[in-house]
Amino acid sequence: MNKKKRLAENGMLISILASVVSIIFGLIFGFVLLFILNPAKAGIGINAMLTTGFASLDQFGKVLYQSAPLMLCGLSVGFAFKTGLFNIGASGQYTIGAFCALLGGIAWQLPWWACLILACIGGGIWGIFPGLFKALFNVNEVITSIMFNWIGMFLVNFLMANMPILLASAWGASNSDRTAALSAANPGAIIPKGGLDKILGNSSWINISVFIALLVALITYFILNKTTFGYELKACGYNKEASRYAGINANRNVVLSMIIAGALSGLGGGVYYLAGTVQYVLEKSILAMGFNGIPVALLANSNPIGTIFSALFISYIQVGGSAMQPNFSSEATDIIIAVIIYLAAFALLMRGLIIRLLSGKKDKEVKA
Amino acid sequence: MAEDYVIEMLHITKEFPGIKANDDITLQLRRGEIHALLGENGAGKSTLMSVLFGLYQAEQGVIKKDGKEVQVKDPNDANRLKIGMVHQHFKLVECFTVLDNIILGVEDTKNGFLQYDAARKKVMELSERYGLRVDPDAYVSDISVGMQQRVEILKMLYRDNEILIFDEPTAVLTPQEINELMEIMRGFKKEGKSILFITHKLAEIMAVADRCTVLRKGKCMGTVDIAGTTKEELSKLMVGRDVQFEIEKKPCKPGDSILSVRDLVVASKVHNNNAVKGVSFDVKAGEILCVAGIEGNGQTELVYGITGLEKITSGTVTLKGQDITTAPIRQRSKAGMSHIPEDRHKHGLVLDYSLEENLVLQRYWEPDFEKRGVIRKDAVRKYAEGLIDRFDIRSGQGPVTVARSMSGGNQQKAIIAREIDKQPELLVAVQPTRGLDVGAIEYIHKQLIAERDAGKAVLLISLELDEVMDLSDRILVMYEGEIVGEFNPKETDVQELGLYMAGAKSNTKKEKEA
Repeated sequence: MNKKKRLAENGMLISILASVVSIIFGLIFGFVLLFILNPAKAGIGINAMLTTGFASLDQFGKVLYQSAPLMLCGLSVGFAFKTGLFNIGASGQYTIGAFCALLGGIAWQLPWWACLILACIGGGIWGIFPGLFKALFNVNEVITSIMFNWIGMFLVNFLMANMPILLASAWGASNSDRTAALSAANPGAIIPKGGLDKILGNSSWINISVFIALLVALITYFILNKTTFGYELKACGYNKEASRYAGINANRNVVLSMIIAGALSGLGGGVYYLAGTVQYVLEKSILAMGFNGIPVALLANSNPIGTIFSALFISYIQVGGSAMQPNFSSEATDIIIAVIIYLAAFALLMRGLIIRLLSGKKDKEVKA
Repeated sequence: MAEDYVIEMLHITKEFPGIKANDDITLQLRRGEIHALLGENGAGKSTLMSVLFGLYQAEQGVIKKDGKEVQVKDPNDANRLKIGMVHQHFKLVECFTVLDNIILGVEDTKNGFLQYDAARKKVMELSERYGLRVDPDAYVSDISVGMQQRVEILKMLYRDNEILIFDEPTAVLTPQEINELMEIMRGFKKEGKSILFITHKLAEIMAVADRCTVLRKGKCMGTVDIAGTTKEELSKLMVGRDVQFEIEKKPCKPGDSILSVRDLVVASKVHNNNAVKGVSFDVKAGEILCVAGIEGNGQTELVYGITGLEKITSGTVTLKGQDITTAPIRQRSKAGMSHIPEDRHKHGLVLDYSLEENLVLQRYWEPDFEKRGVIRKDAVRKYAEGLIDRFDIRSGQGPVTVARSMSGGNQQKAIIAREIDKQPELLVAVQPTRGLDVGAIEYIHKQLIAERDAGKAVLLISLELDEVMDLSDRILVMYEGEIVGEFNPKETDVQELGLYMAGAKSNTKKEKEA
């Protein structure tokens, strides 16, 4: 009984357990969905989803590559959560960050690291607005940041459409619906591979961005848990009134927190589009990456270290999902990925259930 | 002689993780009696009543109604058994009218439409019969606390309840309103209704109850006839030792004025009026100035204005000659103001932070605890351990205990340790003993007096008249945002204060009625 009691009190372990159980539920449900959609191929489908990421070094490289922006968006959402804010605007900040990075790389011919700094600044600026509205007028940050997702996306499309130098057509390609390939426009803006491609069997995807994200995760952890600034931010998040009582400038912290969250998302946009493997396509839909940061953060219970693992997991599932084609349509795989992520985000609910289960058993034992 | 018990709770045991809230408690309520349930905070009174009302399920024991065993699984069951309860914190819908609140849950409908007329008639009949004045069409958010309580009582009567539970009903009332309530309770008794009266105030029990069951630390200390007992005996049963009713303190030697408040006006968040309407006073070094009054007469806003939690409309606040009228909270704190807030969960603590993190909440930024932006965890730990030791703060895991998991008394001790250790010039203490047991109250009173004796200025805001009389060197009574009287505790009594608190008297009138 004592063992279980101690287990019930070990918050960290419970969190990890809750995340794992949620993931398993998500996978089971995903399999059921696959079975309904295409019973004959369900086995192949789930197999592809679960093994692709480790099937080849190239695919593993892709998992790492995609995990970097996810990790940064997850850190962005998680950081804001710790301060009591729901940054649903990660997507807009991500888009602005991507734009600033590409602007620096293609139009201004800057090296990759300068482009990443630009991405941070762009995302940070995009985070200021919801923060300021919240601090000055107490406007709910969810509403403003959703609106700024759309404003950001259309602004970027508008700017790109009016800056022909950014588009592929200006750099020897025929299409004008996307930005130039960095290999043609400015190879120096491509994030270096740092020899990782050699280790991972010449994977075309991998670069050092995953290490940048890891480093940022560690820095975020340090800020939140070791500094007075983090102490203030978390105090605001846990109890805004008490932090005010303690003389903490809660409004200033709201704005700062949103700027930092924005910069993290913006950096995510930068590392994704500076990899040299994708081009920004002018579309009329909001990029999903920022939104995927929400389940990444939830799954990790907003813990920066946990975010590393949850981002890797979701990236893994996404790589696996794209390998399920053509047996399943891309929409079907999207739905299944979404279902898995959705259920995985039940980690919090699961946490409560596990605690109740453990302490419930404890009760019974006391009775007996 | 077979007793006529309307409700019997036999050998009730209810356990929460780590604590037996009720341990083999037996309580038998006779038909038509007023039965008091006495105990300190945390003795298990509320738990026992929650078991009776179906909010908790007891692990052991049976409940009998009219001699027959019954199951009370939820408040609906309790209602069916004609058990009604006035909770300590009223359960009313603020944006509904009085009538809506009374019929809520037992509405009569015809073809899906509410039948207001019959309900109104019944409510008005009950209101007249028992002298429970209410305005059925007023919104609950607009009516006084006393009327809200009458609404709660009418709710029970409307449901034809025969067993009425009153949970600490007098905590929010003036002495005059308390007398009125006692009269109403006696009326119910005459009608043959049975009353369970939860309280920790001995005088009320002596005045109105027939019998009294005493709980201490979850155990039943016995049931006594009020006619054959005394206050002292009851308190001994309740606390387990002789209690000092009088607090010993040295004569007051007031020094220079520390805090001076002039023409302070603070707007209300609840209504359009000002909550504090031009208040002026001084707190001197070495005195405890107490602001007494009924909850909601502007005391909260007064404190917010002084401590900077709320912007003031006009007036000045000066601390040791320094004008802090518009100073940010941090600056006031640095200037020597400590604040034990009214709501320890809302303001006093970050509940999800550990005890040590909470103990440095007012000084984490000092060089002792911070180095180049990084918190010096070892220094924080050492400091926290020192305070825990000195102020006897008890918790499960010491400095790393999450504040949320600590008991109310120890949470309050943590706040007091933090605020007193700042070595303030002025200590603003707002209801520092609310919800605490007698032991903790004694401790906190001693700390406040120690601060006074050390030459600090103490501004105490309290709703408990006994506390006001025991601790203060000077009393101000606040009514509807104004100071209506200043008293020397040695020359006044609770009755007089009560009249001022209720607005029946004001020293602006200058005439004393008999």
